[in-house]
Amino acid sequence: MTAVLTSVEEIAAKISDGSLLALPPEYAPCSMEGIRALVRRGARDLRLLGVPQFGIQAELLIGSGCVAEIETAAVTLGEFGLAPRFTDAVKKQNIIMRDTTCPAIHAALQASEKGVPFMPLRGLIGSDILTRRDDWLVADNPFGENDPIVYLPAIKPNATLFHAAKGDVHGNVWIGLRRELMVMAHASKAAYVSVEEIVDGDLLSDPQTAAGTIPGLYITAIAKAHKGAWPLGVPHFYERDNEHLAHYAELARTQEGFNAYIDQWVTRRTAAE
Amino acid sequence: MSEVRTEELMIAVIARMLSGLSHVAVGASSPIPGSAALLARELSGGNLRVSLLGRTSNPTFTDGAKELFDCAAQGRIDAFFLSGVQIDGQANINLVSIGDPDKPKARFPGSFGSAYLYYVVPRIILFRQEHSPRSLVPKVDYVSAPGVSEANLYRPGGPFALVTGRCLFDFDKEKECFRLKSLHPGQSVDDIKRQTGFEFDIPDGPTVPETEAPDPEWLELVRGPVGEEIHEVYPEFATRMFGSS
Repeated sequence: MTAVLTSVEEIAAKISDGSLLALPPEYAPCSMEGIRALVRRGARDLRLLGVPQFGIQAELLIGSGCVAEIETAAVTLGEFGLAPRFTDAVKKQNIIMRDTTCPAIHAALQASEKGVPFMPLRGLIGSDILTRRDDWLVADNPFGENDPIVYLPAIKPNATLFHAAKGDVHGNVWIGLRRELMVMAHASKAAYVSVEEIVDGDLLSDPQTAAGTIPGLYITAIAKAHKGAWPLGVPHFYERDNEHLAHYAELARTQEGFNAYIDQWVTRRTAAE
Repeated sequence: MSEVRTEELMIAVIARMLSGLSHVAVGASSPIPGSAALLARELSGGNLRVSLLGRTSNPTFTDGAKELFDCAAQGRIDAFFLSGVQIDGQANINLVSIGDPDKPKARFPGSFGSAYLYYVVPRIILFRQEHSPRSLVPKVDYVSAPGVSEANLYRPGGPFALVTGRCLFDFDKEKECFRLKSLHPGQSVDDIKRQTGFEFDIPDGPTVPETEAPDPEWLELVRGPVGEEIHEVYPEFATRMFGSS
């Protein structure tokens, strides 16, 4: 199967309303261009999975009314403070927030990767995260004695969306060290990727790039989006735009300010080429 | 050398607790522990490995975001750092919300990896610069991760100490409570009692010692190479504290 070369707008159209959508942390490249396209198309009732935590991706989608539920270990703007649209939505009960912990998300995705129904995980017992999750189970270690452990059901996202430095015409995507993107692609039914550039040749033919490459087997579609992670960064390619993120944090304190931000930076700004 | 700031004192206190360890990891929103870990590495003569989440140069992990947790599960991480919007006297931490979690008065980012790492990393150092009845409470509103567990629970890890902007506590695992270890300059036992919402032990003896000030060489390291290195992950903190860029 060869991945389709497409646009972020077409990717946004393929991620249907109500999808369980897995998104990467801000230290792996995020497809901000894809997120902006989802906002532009007016996506609704998305169920977001933060692998394992969220920042401005969740903010833009929640503030734009695209989100019904969110499962993640945290939502934060880091040094720029609390995530205001997320915080507001939780306090007003406009979204369902399923609190979890980072390794529980990784483990549940690995269960899907392996095609098994659940994964056991240490920790969690005695936390309110666990007491508030009726979909998790505490059972005895079947190979031990008096050894309680948590069982997490596999998470199978309908889609994942992320950004990468390079893709090729065979649908291979080079992610370098960011191997959580590999797990997300393996575990999700569809993987949509925006890339800085489509390179000539085959990323799997060179051992220097092959080890850090997701084979096209797992990739549904690739869209070229230069600076597609902006205002976040792509490690070793460009830095995150801290000035812009501070500007966002300031504006998004109110819904009106957020709406003005969306109008200026999302609605009137079509996908960069 | 200018006056020692509270953050710098906390960095020195934490760095001292990392002496002799071989691998320390630092998670999200942890600029003070991150600086402390880098200082401890400088002082270790290259024996301490520091894994700083969020940095892209010189990574210590190559298997994605899960590796930190898998590494900790195997006992390959000696110390880690956690905080809380609330911390209580049994070392329970709350990173989620104030009030009813379904209709919170205040909502915070979330529990991150705490509900796992608190159980599996042997030396968890709690830190919270704000030391007030608001942050150090009798009972947390939401348990992101508990300080202590039932005897049958697999738990090689847990609380080791709590470093605040006013003092240092260590944690007595037998009595399941904090014990006042040292007072930062200008603080008295009465100040700490007044500013702490939970009960804690005060050691026998005439006085509680003052927290040891950082050596001038330590301060030079913190304000120099450590400040420059932490800037990659915490630019706002590094610029504010050390003027580095």
